[in-house]
Amino acid sequence: MPSTQTQEQTSNFTSKDLVSDQDIRWCPGCGDYSILKQVQKVLPELGLLKENIVFVSGIGCSSRFPYYMNTYGMHSIHGRASAIASGLKVSRPELSVWVVTGDGDSLSIGGNHTIHTLRKNPDLNILLFNNEIYGLTKGQFSPTSPEGKVTKSSPMGSVEHPFNPLALALGADATFVARSMDRDPKHLQAMIRRSAEHRGTSLLEIYQNCNVFNDGAFQAFTDRATKNDHALFLEHGRPLLFGPANKKGIRLRDGCHPTIVHLEEDGVSESDLWIHDEHDSLKAGLLARLSENENNGRGEFPKAFGVFYSTQRSSLEDAVLEQIESARDKLGAGDLDALIRGDHVWEIK
Amino acid sequence: MSKEKVQFKSNVVIRFAGDSGDGIQLTGTQFTTSTALAGNDLATYPDYPAEIRAPAGTIAGVSGFQLHFGSDEIHTSGDLCDVLVVMNAAALKANLEHLKKGGIIIANEDGFDEKNLRLARYVDGINPLEDGSLEEYQVHTVPVTKLTRECLKETGLGVREMDRSKNMFVLGLLYYMYNRSMDPTINFLQSKFSRKPEVADANIKALKAGFAFADTTEIQHGRFEVKAAPMRKGTYRSIMGNQATAFGLIAAGERAGLPIYYATYPITPASDVLHELSRHKNFSVVTVQSEDEIAAVCSAIGASYGGSLGVTASAGPGISLKTEGISLATIYEIPLVVCDIQRAGPSTGLPTKMEQADLMQAIYGRPGEAPLAVVAANSPADCFESVFEACRLALEFMTPVFFLSDGYLANGAEPWRFPSARDLREIKVGFATAKDCDNGVFLPYKRDERLVRKWALPGTAGLEHRIGGLEKEDLTGNISYDPENHEKMVKIRQRKIDNIADHIPEQALDSGPEEGELLIVGWGSTYGTIKAALRQLRDEGVDVAHAHLRYLNPFPRNLGQLLQNHRRVLVPEINNGQLVRLLRDKYLVPAIPYNKIKGQPFAVAEIKNKVWEVLNSLEN
Ligand SMILES: Cc1ncc(C[n+]2csc(CCOP(=O)(O)OP(=O)(O)O)c2C)c(N)n1
Ligand code: SF4
Ligand SMILES: [Mg+2]
Repeated sequence: MPSTQTQEQTSNFTSKDLVSDQDIRWCPGCGDYSILKQVQKVLPELGLLKENIVFVSGIGCSSRFPYYMNTYGMHSIHGRASAIASGLKVSRPELSVWVVTGDGDSLSIGGNHTIHTLRKNPDLNILLFNNEIYGLTKGQFSPTSPEGKVTKSSPMGSVEHPFNPLALALGADATFVARSMDRDPKHLQAMIRRSAEHRGTSLLEIYQNCNVFNDGAFQAFTDRATKNDHALFLEHGRPLLFGPANKKGIRLRDGCHPTIVHLEEDGVSESDLWIHDEHDSLKAGLLARLSENENNGRGEFPKAFGVFYSTQRSSLEDAVLEQIESARDKLGAGDLDALIRGDHVWEIK
Repeated sequence: MSKEKVQFKSNVVIRFAGDSGDGIQLTGTQFTTSTALAGNDLATYPDYPAEIRAPAGTIAGVSGFQLHFGSDEIHTSGDLCDVLVVMNAAALKANLEHLKKGGIIIANEDGFDEKNLRLARYVDGINPLEDGSLEEYQVHTVPVTKLTRECLKETGLGVREMDRSKNMFVLGLLYYMYNRSMDPTINFLQSKFSRKPEVADANIKALKAGFAFADTTEIQHGRFEVKAAPMRKGTYRSIMGNQATAFGLIAAGERAGLPIYYATYPITPASDVLHELSRHKNFSVVTVQSEDEIAAVCSAIGASYGGSLGVTASAGPGISLKTEGISLATIYEIPLVVCDIQRAGPSTGLPTKMEQADLMQAIYGRPGEAPLAVVAANSPADCFESVFEACRLALEFMTPVFFLSDGYLANGAEPWRFPSARDLREIKVGFATAKDCDNGVFLPYKRDERLVRKWALPGTAGLEHRIGGLEKEDLTGNISYDPENHEKMVKIRQRKIDNIADHIPEQALDSGPEEGELLIVGWGSTYGTIKAALRQLRDEGVDVAHAHLRYLNPFPRNLGQLLQNHRRVLVPEINNGQLVRLLRDKYLVPAIPYNKIKGQPFAVAEIKNKVWEVLNSLEN
């Protein structure tokens, strides 16, 4: 069984077929709805058979996702979805396995599985719904909540420094790292498609608004008035541009120091800018921390959205299967009697 | 030594002891192999040092290996030893208490120099080999280190390398004493060091030199002959518990026609199952060394969901980490085998010592009402059948099953009259198909008459469904918060496990009368000791009954009746009293606990004394 998602064939289902008979229990206005919709929109375009799709989730609002998908699905325990999904993928490489997880689920209680999954690289599509809060347990800070965040469990503000999920993923040698947001359906669809097409673990961080416990956390990137200045959309081979009418750009001083430049005012042209290369791991690291750069008098650095990094490395299930095949080549198919008997036997007559 | 002076012995216990770097375990297992091939019945028990990196020469670094072999049935690795082989002073100090009065000590005198005496904390460097303190034993000192170097001096090896062959010199000496063939060990060395022929040669040279030394020197204790044991006809091999566990898992996979997916995080004494399995990938076996215990159980659950038999293993501390995952498998109702190779706890406890203290954890250690089946092996070879049975129950009842072994079984060895593959029971597995739909709807929690649901694999068109850890509605599996439904589902899951009792054999007595004064009920690795004790008691004219449980949850249907048939029930366990509580709880019998919690198995004499004590109390 080759570890491929059968891209060539046509799907045997439509978006409607993916809607399960369960009532959706997310709060009205929750960003999760949009993500569900975009996933249901994109899946039929991927050439998959519906029966080969499995959604695995942990625990959290986001992790209710599989119940709403009329595919195979497992709602599991807090933080462990990627471990469960890895076992499934290794045992059934032909399946299209998706992990749905929250920021608490994947980065707090399940942090260990997340980094090790990325390192081992099974062909999973991880959708990390980052709302920078614990939704299901009604509003405590999460490992992605910013310092000082006032929540039910941090009335005086969180004293903890947050994870940068994409920097963490790159540090764990992830082979595919991308970011999108609930409020940009087109971009989200494109990123879901790219995640699915990647062979190996793809980590897609999705900014998701929790309108009940952390409303507006990503407003700067989603509101029309501020989006241009704060969100930079990456395209492979294209310069890093943002701002109204794409008049601002990022230039790399000394090859590694991002600076904001104005195309018209600074006498620079697009060709002087940082050209995005998805396959450059060092630059992916700079991108993941782009918005953390000091304001250089040119305004705040934007956050990047798109595919930060993508590379090819043998997937876990391929490597496992290869070993099994090579063991068979070397030792022949297993002979149970020979195994049990071993090399030293004696007869009692 | 005079060659005529051969003494016949019905059984002998030898204990090898030395520094953990001295190759004691290898010496022991080689002697075991040759002894098995000579047709003796036997049992072994390695006694590992607690600290692998303990400084050489210290008591903490002493490694031991005990072998009991004989011309009669052997059930334990022996209480005290007849022969104690010590490579240094620390080994003597740590093991003298295990030697019978009048027993033989074979000591490497080069291991009793000033430094070794100091490290072993012999006061003022007094050498026990010389101060008369060992008068009641037969002491034979041999300059093993010196002689080994001497015989290897032409090889061009360095001193350190030469010293690595010391254990082979001693092994050769013992082979002579017990009239064993050197051939199996020579073959072993040649294949083990096939890429380093100079190392193989040196070891073989040392082995032969030891043999020749015993033949030509004046060692006065003579030569011993232990005749082959009258064992059941058949073909035998020697097997260790963890190896038998690995083979049992592979066999279950073959008989069920399913791949085995084995995920684990290394831990003593379970790791050897992983090591063994990972060598047999040509069977349908996937072995995974997970990032932690939780990932191990969870990925095994994922694999089971995909149609493999998911297996995970650990010792007590790791099992506790898997708890939430195992409870998930109970509510999913999915096959999962959890191997708990128990060790002495709590927490890290005594990691290299044995204990049977995880029974309650296996039966009850989960959040909520999460029943599952529990089976336990009673000897190294029995690990094969017991873990096979655990797999069968997991697959046929769609449930997690605990398989309990322990450090004593895991590392112990015995002769095994192994089965042939075609004699193994077939394991019936059926997956759901589109035909299992009711009016086009698939009900994942619809059950058969045993209350077992269908296993529906992703990839099967028309059966798309969701399972989860939230309480599920009967039949549909949809989330349900209905109080009536929850109680119903808890009871159904319990009844399903209880129903297993109809599909396991009734409890048989291992020995003794069906009705009588005293029944001993044991489980796990105490089997051999209880059996040997009762055999000796029978010879002394006392017939006590013995039942040894493989099925600990659910219990066999007739167990209550068996208990009622005896005036008293005695339950020996290497814990603080666990099975005894279960029996009292379920059957309301005043079962008597007998417990030892020293990281060591019972001695035969201890069981005998306890039986006498109970019998005497009955008479009064
Ligand atoms: C073992 C365990 N610990 C704690 C919880 C409680 N719990 C459930 S979801 C959750 C946090 C969820 O946050 P996140 O993963 O960000 O998901 P969200 O609800 O925000 O989508 C917690 C703490 C649990 N269900 N299980
Ligand atoms: S609590 Fe927040 S994340 Fe959860 S469903 Fe409501 S809005 Fe969505
Ligand atoms: Mg969250």
